[in-house]
Amino acid sequence: MGRAVKLPASKFKAGDRVRVKFEDRPGHIRTPWYIRGKTGWIERVHGDFLNPESLAFGGDGLPKRTLYLVAFNQSDVWGKAVGSKDKVLVDIYEHWLSPAV
Amino acid sequence: MSEGHDTDQDHGHQHPKHELSYYAKRIYAIRDLLLEKGVITDKDIQCQVEYQEARSPANGAKLVARAWIDPAFKARLIGDPKPACAEMGIDATSINEFVVLENTEKVRHMVVCTLCSCYPRPILGRPPDWYKSFNYRQRAVNDPRGVMREFGLGLSDDVAVRIHDSTADIRYLVLPLRPKGTEGLSETQLAKLVTRDSMIGVMDALPALPPS
Repeated sequence: MGRAVKLPASKFKAGDRVRVKFEDRPGHIRTPWYIRGKTGWIERVHGDFLNPESLAFGGDGLPKRTLYLVAFNQSDVWGKAVGSKDKVLVDIYEHWLSPAV
Repeated sequence: MSEGHDTDQDHGHQHPKHELSYYAKRIYAIRDLLLEKGVITDKDIQCQVEYQEARSPANGAKLVARAWIDPAFKARLIGDPKPACAEMGIDATSINEFVVLENTEKVRHMVVCTLCSCYPRPILGRPPDWYKSFNYRQRAVNDPRGVMREFGLGLSDDVAVRIHDSTADIRYLVLPLRPKGTEGLSETQLAKLVTRDSMIGVMDALPALPPS
């Protein structure tokens, strides 16, 4: 993996378990449907980025949102039949994540 | 100068002679409006076309071949990809954040954008049509091994697959494994083994030089 950007403002750190919020609302959303409600862990803190949910409608994208690389076991996302070692890694903005045990 | 308003071809640029699809008509209409209103010029369009065409998987292949022969470069490429690209004369500054994923004997990475078609264009050029298809975008995440098999890469169970869904500002490039038995090859020859698809991660680099 590349350079790890560690920002003091970020809510989560590498290794933390997180759950993706299960929300649905109209508008521009960058959290894919298949990963909503799933539990994984923070693999890397990418840094702070302008919020695309605001940019998409001509907004200024502020405040910036921390973006994380979140890892999920394929078996947790799709069910037991899928390869046990395989993982899907998704870039998810902080406001879509809540702490998980 | 929208398509259909003017059947004579005698006004500066060529219009296609065959019937255009709905989307093609729409894009020509938008182009003509932008030209008419002076927002952009013909020269702007030409420059942009040339810029897009100049970016190709050859850029990525150069990076990978250099990383294979020079461990210090590989460390720089993985540690901080944009300056490493600049060293090789490749401008990756338009990428917001750039991450290189190194394949090993035990781990294969594969990249998809399930939301649209996010792709490291400065390094790989325009994405192939299949990369943008619903079929790939769905199956890459729920059957990556099946997709790899169709590209000719059969993985044993002890190899872990990591699918990266690039949904945001990060662009990913896979650094494929150097094929065995290529110790004698030059950097230029090695670059020929590095296919676009191996840098998306759906297959490995070619095992031997393609016939020239």
